Amino acid sequence: MAVEVRIPTILRTYTGGEKAVPGEGATLSEVIDHLENNHPGLKERLIDEGDLRRFVNVYVNDEDVRFTGGLGTSVKDGDQVVVLPAVAGGQAEPAGRI
Amino acid sequence: MLSTLADVLKIDRETYDAIIAHAKRDHPDEACGVVAGPEGSDRPERFVPMVNAASSPTFYEFDSTELLKLYRHMDDREEEPVVVYHSHTATEAYPSRTDTGLAMEPNAHYVLVSTREHGNSDGPVEFRSYRIIDGDVTEEEVDVVDPHEQLRSQD
Repeated sequence: MAVEVRIPTILRTYTGGEKAVPGEGATLSEVIDHLENNHPGLKERLIDEGDLRRFVNVYVNDEDVRFTGGLGTSVKDGDQVVVLPAVAGGQAEPAGRI
Repeated sequence: MLSTLADVLKIDRETYDAIIAHAKRDHPDEACGVVAGPEGSDRPERFVPMVNAASSPTFYEFDSTELLKLYRHMDDREEEPVVVYHSHTATEAYPSRTDTGLAMEPNAHYVLVSTREHGNSDGPVEFRSYRIIDGDVTEEEVDVVDPHEQLRSQD
């Protein structure tokens, strides 16, 4: 399955400055593994201990994957995957991992 | 792309006042939002207050659906977040460890407003601006520009 993956500014150092790169896979997890082959280091910025990082949002066709099966979310030809870091902070420590 | 790093945040009076008004309104919860501007321009032009999905006095986070909408809208208009602002409601207007750890917009001015002195009431607030890159915090000057000055500087 060929998809388009939109990359946020902060991670474009991994994609040679590209805003969007092609992806392959039947699930989000496979798409991320495929991304890692072409852009080493990217996976670690998205995944920690086998799950999506708490402050990284990933959307498949505008749906936050946290509500559609997380890394197991299936993707099909022509889908668009968007990666956006959370805009978050505050005076106290958050409960989740950064 | 060339970096547009500057050691001063230039912001118009109306936007400056709008950020403070938002912070006062949402006190004791933290308020948050962005000021978008043309990519690479370093000009904060479009004030976009956001809902704090955490509704918390110690934490803020943009709602994930609203976040996607915001970025799509900015993409369509070839904008970027020139300012990312939020308030601290019990501590000074200085980035916390959480703020620096989660700052993911290397081109943005991170504005912190503290409402600890006057809360929802009138009165001065701390309004400070920072660059946060790879966890390093650099404070910068804030230059509040009145509308007539801005017109002159565009001549």
